[in-house]
Amino acid sequence: MNPRGWPTRAMACAVVVLAFRCAAAEVPAALRTFAIENPAAGVYVHYGRIETPTADNAGDIANVGFVVGDRCVAVIDTGGTYAVGAALRNAIRTVTSKPVCFVVNTHVHPDHIFGNRAFVDDRPEFVGHAHLAEAMARRGPNYLNALRRDLGAVADGTELVPPTRAVAQTATLDLGGRTLSLRAWPTAHTDQDLTVYDSAGGVLFLGDLVFERHVPVVDGKLRGMLAALEELKAMPARVAIPGHGRAASWPGVLAAEHRYLEQLLGDVKAAIAAHRTLAETVRSVGGQERGDWALFDDFHRRNVTAAYAELEWE
Amino acid sequence: MKRVGALLTLAGLLAGGPALARDPDPDPAKSEMWNKVHASLFQGVRFEADADQVITLETPMRAEDAAVVPVAIRTRFAQSRERSIDRIWLVVDHNPSPVAAEFQFTADSGRADIETRIRIEEYTHVRAVARTADGKMYMVANYVKASGGCSAPAGKDPEVAKANLGRMRLRVEEKPAPGQPVLAQLMVSHPNDTGLAMDQLTRMYAPPHFVRRVEVRYDGKPVMMADVDFSISENPNFRFYFTPHEGGQLEAVVVDNQDLRFTAALKLDGSRVASAQQEQAPQ
Repeated sequence: MNPRGWPTRAMACAVVVLAFRCAAAEVPAALRTFAIENPAAGVYVHYGRIETPTADNAGDIANVGFVVGDRCVAVIDTGGTYAVGAALRNAIRTVTSKPVCFVVNTHVHPDHIFGNRAFVDDRPEFVGHAHLAEAMARRGPNYLNALRRDLGAVADGTELVPPTRAVAQTATLDLGGRTLSLRAWPTAHTDQDLTVYDSAGGVLFLGDLVFERHVPVVDGKLRGMLAALEELKAMPARVAIPGHGRAASWPGVLAAEHRYLEQLLGDVKAAIAAHRTLAETVRSVGGQERGDWALFDDFHRRNVTAAYAELEWE
Repeated sequence: MKRVGALLTLAGLLAGGPALARDPDPDPAKSEMWNKVHASLFQGVRFEADADQVITLETPMRAEDAAVVPVAIRTRFAQSRERSIDRIWLVVDHNPSPVAAEFQFTADSGRADIETRIRIEEYTHVRAVARTADGKMYMVANYVKASGGCSAPAGKDPEVAKANLGRMRLRVEEKPAPGQPVLAQLMVSHPNDTGLAMDQLTRMYAPPHFVRRVEVRYDGKPVMMADVDFSISENPNFRFYFTPHEGGQLEAVVVDNQDLRFTAALKLDGSRVASAQQEQAPQ
């Protein structure tokens, strides 16, 4: 034992403990301003950055929002860390003192669920697709490990908060004088996609069935995602909120994603027909679309992988 | 002294413990998990220095989709009386069960090449260990970064995976020429479930359900046999070689950990690329 080593290590530990406590109380720099927009009466949206999660953006990379009724508030997605959830909750408090009675998660991805814990003390119903609980159980621990690995102390306080209410097909949430219509989708972006429609404001929260600027991500079924786009086109909306990016028009916002997914489908089918392996296909398919999308290099090869694994059985 | 010890333990907890440990050192010899695998599975084994003259390992730099990471192990020579490979292990250091597969090859394999797809939980080394017929051992390793964000090793649609359980496809990828190794592919529709996920509502762990044994024979002679586990991706997929003569039949038998047994067979008529598809009730 090194007689000088002990006190040195003990001091290092004291610093670690102190840093931990400070970080838990401190709002990450990225969240000190947390802009919310008000696209319709009683509807508020915070647009996340078009980025992958980092300590610098504190996981504020998905669009989140809330709808205020006469009786209470529904939150739609909570952001990628406890800190984002807390910032969203503070934003709600600048608008209304009504209680938060529902927290809806549009699907399992970490940037949409990891702010849930900030609302636990409000005792809302946590609402999700009927497959959300299982998906959270299967993927959640891995997501949490990756978040802590990649974001460090900025992830402090983040926990998995599973749904307490499952939507198998459709459901309505009564906020008092205002009703939200929820729809659970067959496997598309994921196997737990849920959309939320506020008829009073004509606002449609799309989750990650729709991407704008951010390259679309296939984590469920490519053909399901294309089928969902067809059905979405027919849905009425005055304002549409994609999971990432902004919709300048509805259903005009769907066109770019549709084009990307159709191209992916065609390219991967052709590669499989030509007996190209998965690895070869991942290397060769779809580079011509790189200029059209943000984060292309982060997600495109992954989309090719998922599409190949799906389509090779056809 | 005691207080200092308690602080050290606390610091260990705050740092996150082993679950968060990333393997920051891409030097394959310094992986703690590998040292454990080495000590248990390859006790006392000394690996030969010129491994890349025997096998190569192809993996992506980054696990784009953590559920489906393509891996190719290629051998530098065809199976022959002078020189052959009888066994290849595929090891993923940081997966919950590091030994993903143990493949057995014969002279009838033609080549001991194998391609499959694996799940990757964390930043990890992936290794291929080959044993040649003379008992020499060779190891090659690649470092694979786990993808961040929403990429996860779990399956994408567990309900559909259960519904399709047992579909199989067996295919010869090239025009077979008698006496020449020919590439074949076996696809098995199976959730290959880890059983590591806990249901948040029932607090119960899902029982694991995965393929544990794959046997491919050509006219009754083994060409590719494997003991595998849930590090192999959902819908296990293998590309391998065998050496045909005129005609003959390729047969695959797959057994999972619940002792469900699935089979597929393919008659070679020697003139064209062939494939067979079977949807068979478990036996």
